[in-house]
Amino acid sequence: MWDYAKIAALGLLTLCAAIAANYARDAAYLVHAIIIMLAAGAAFVWSIRQIDEEKPAPEVATGYLDGVVRYGVIATTFWGVVGFLAGTYIAFQLAFPVLNFEWAQPYMNFGRLRPLHTSAVIFAFGGNALLATSFYVVQRTSAARLWGGNLAWFVFWGYNLFIVLAATGYLLGATQSKEYAEPEWYVDLWLTIVWVAYLMVFLGTILKRQEKHIYVANWFFLSFIVTVAMLHIVNNLSLPVSVFGAKSVQVFSGVQDAMTQWWYGHNAVGFFLTAGFLGMMYYFVPKQAERPVFSYKLSIIHFWALIFLYIWAGPHHLHYTALPDWASTLGMVFSIMLWMPSWGGMINGLMTLSGAWDKLRTDPIIRMMVVSVGFYGMSTFEGPMMSIKAVNSLSHYTDWTIGHVHSGALGWNGMITFGALYFLVPKLWKRERLYSMAAVNWHFWLATIGIVLYAASMWVTGIMEGLMWREVDANGFLVNSFADTVAAKFPMYVVRGLGGVMYLTGAIIMAANLYLTATRGEPKAETAAAAAPAE
Amino acid sequence: MSKQPISKKKDQVETTGHSWDGIEELNNPMPRWWLWTFYACVVWALAYTVAYPAWPLINGATAGLLGKSTRADVAAEIVRFEEANAGIKQRLVEAELTEISADPELNSYAQNAGAAVFRTWCAQCHGAGAQGAESKYPSLLDDSWLWGGTIEDIHTTISVGIRNEETDEDFVRQGQMTAFGRDELLSEEEIRQAVAFVQKLSGQEHDAALAEAGAVVFEDNCSSCHMEDGTGEQTLGAPNLTDAIWLYGGDAESLYETLWNGRAGNMPARGGAPEGVVDEAMVRAVATYVHSLGGGVASE
Repeated sequence: MWDYAKIAALGLLTLCAAIAANYARDAAYLVHAIIIMLAAGAAFVWSIRQIDEEKPAPEVATGYLDGVVRYGVIATTFWGVVGFLAGTYIAFQLAFPVLNFEWAQPYMNFGRLRPLHTSAVIFAFGGNALLATSFYVVQRTSAARLWGGNLAWFVFWGYNLFIVLAATGYLLGATQSKEYAEPEWYVDLWLTIVWVAYLMVFLGTILKRQEKHIYVANWFFLSFIVTVAMLHIVNNLSLPVSVFGAKSVQVFSGVQDAMTQWWYGHNAVGFFLTAGFLGMMYYFVPKQAERPVFSYKLSIIHFWALIFLYIWAGPHHLHYTALPDWASTLGMVFSIMLWMPSWGGMINGLMTLSGAWDKLRTDPIIRMMVVSVGFYGMSTFEGPMMSIKAVNSLSHYTDWTIGHVHSGALGWNGMITFGALYFLVPKLWKRERLYSMAAVNWHFWLATIGIVLYAASMWVTGIMEGLMWREVDANGFLVNSFADTVAAKFPMYVVRGLGGVMYLTGAIIMAANLYLTATRGEPKAETAAAAAPAE
Repeated sequence: MSKQPISKKKDQVETTGHSWDGIEELNNPMPRWWLWTFYACVVWALAYTVAYPAWPLINGATAGLLGKSTRADVAAEIVRFEEANAGIKQRLVEAELTEISADPELNSYAQNAGAAVFRTWCAQCHGAGAQGAESKYPSLLDDSWLWGGTIEDIHTTISVGIRNEETDEDFVRQGQMTAFGRDELLSEEEIRQAVAFVQKLSGQEHDAALAEAGAVVFEDNCSSCHMEDGTGEQTLGAPNLTDAIWLYGGDAESLYETLWNGRAGNMPARGGAPEGVVDEAMVRAVATYVHSLGGGVASE
């Protein structure tokens, strides 16, 4: 009965999408309606073909659901390379504006590719990494199969449909103009449905766990899922101009809109890129190091302190704007208080390695994880420092901010994800080991040097342009024009682009290595993967 | 579990006894330096919120013991510079335009102020170095002027802009190139002839037969503004056609386009700045700065 209802719903959705395509008022909406029509149509045909197939034997259903994790790993790798490529390209567009090719206008100009890059790395690469690792970790640490049958598959395909709709929308000019929340209203609605399903799968699995306690990684994953749902819904409150058009109008306006946006934007960093990835760190670092977590107490205190304090720090993105002084002050002091709770995660990650430091010499995956935690510590110190009003008056609107974000994103999020992928692929494809450890070493050094080039060049240009902007002569007149600062930054923009090329090259080496591991790696002797609690 | 059991030395802390997928947790206390730094941050944060505007109440927020306000700070800073510069600004407004550059103190102030205003309001079109932009915005570095290069001319141009009916009350910067083709004043053939003649005037390669016919077309239609010898008339904004400097291009195709559709570039008064932002003293400063860039012409 359920199968027939599903087929009917998919058929109806295909038909509705076709009607929407017919009445579409703009190009983005038209293309999206066609994409949804094709996706729903494909699912419709696939469901019909499955209708009288035999169901898998019940005993298989007691093991872990790892197929969706494998797909998540593939999607993470693919979107990672796409996102890094887009980032490297737009870095060179800034250095050489001629790369905004006349023939490719308006689709390939910097303004449209920039959100494509940020969404590709944060939501496509980072998001798929979080989906895959959270599904893997919650099953192992709860000793339970994912709750909800095939709901996890819906989450994976639904989330990646969201990515495709977002990316094509940017190229076609559909945007809410809110940083990291650019997708338009119907894409937001779709993500809300997918996200609720994600929460159900994750929470359902925790509720049916066979372990007495919930592992610390799962606290972080759960806080990330719940908070992102709240942030997403509030920041995307808007009214569509037409049900057949992409454009919508925000419910908030003026400084309230700005404050809502940066409450969202800051906590997208806090919960998506910090809490979620700390969940990853808390599983993969002790596993790879084969050492116990350093301190249970520290993990409790820093978890609660982190999630309580992070949510108030958003106003530091709006220092010296229309935002009132009081909100600015609160954003700043909450950011300062956030410093130690953030570092709690770094301490727990690094100290977990005590007694296993020799592995740094022999295991490039551990080295990747350590560098990752190191960059986490550095950028969570830099962040509170930049939130201090006096520092912010120099750093705001400069490339320093871009450098700060990238030492966090490339260093922390990127490196911990690479470490997790190297850990997961041999296990998921049942291989003895990775295809090439030498390639992991190459990846490690390319990525690390790439990040250093990126961050260092952005510190130099950021501080330089900050100083140039504020320079006034004895009579109070500005000394430099804006164009002067742009010209002065050129050499560092080239260095930044080269850093991006190195980081991208490392990721391509990783993709090849993971592919060869899955296809040509030495098979591992079969062991039954039953969901049983550790003793 | 394949890993080595942890050796239990005397100083070794115990685990919590939990184990998830082989991961255990040690019962280490929180590092003291971490905890005390955290406490210090919290204490500092609370103290800061007492000193500065912070906690929202029903109507407004706590003002803080130090009475700080970023808006008041900015206003005070602006007033400080306005007071410091008031005397010299007054002198600048009262001085004869031609005498500004001769007074070292006034000239120094005008040059710095003018350069700063130029970077903010003029550089977008004319370039940070006043070099202009091809096919649109004239260079201000050479001595080829559309509307005159004396300090008075430049001052007028900046004050009223070019082809602005609202600001140009005396109608002094309004002249424009007629659209001879579009408005059906000349035939295609006549325009081609005039183009050839203009090319001849500026010493370029040209079709001699066309140019000969073009001389008549030029005489009848163009010379009233560009003068019979083609050297232009600055009160009308009619450029000199005998030099190698072209705002919209001097090749046959560009000239044809110019004659067919006309040209009427626009410049906002005071570079688009509101009068309260760029006042008379600042307009004089920019005029002094631009006049000094290399192309300034001495007043008669």
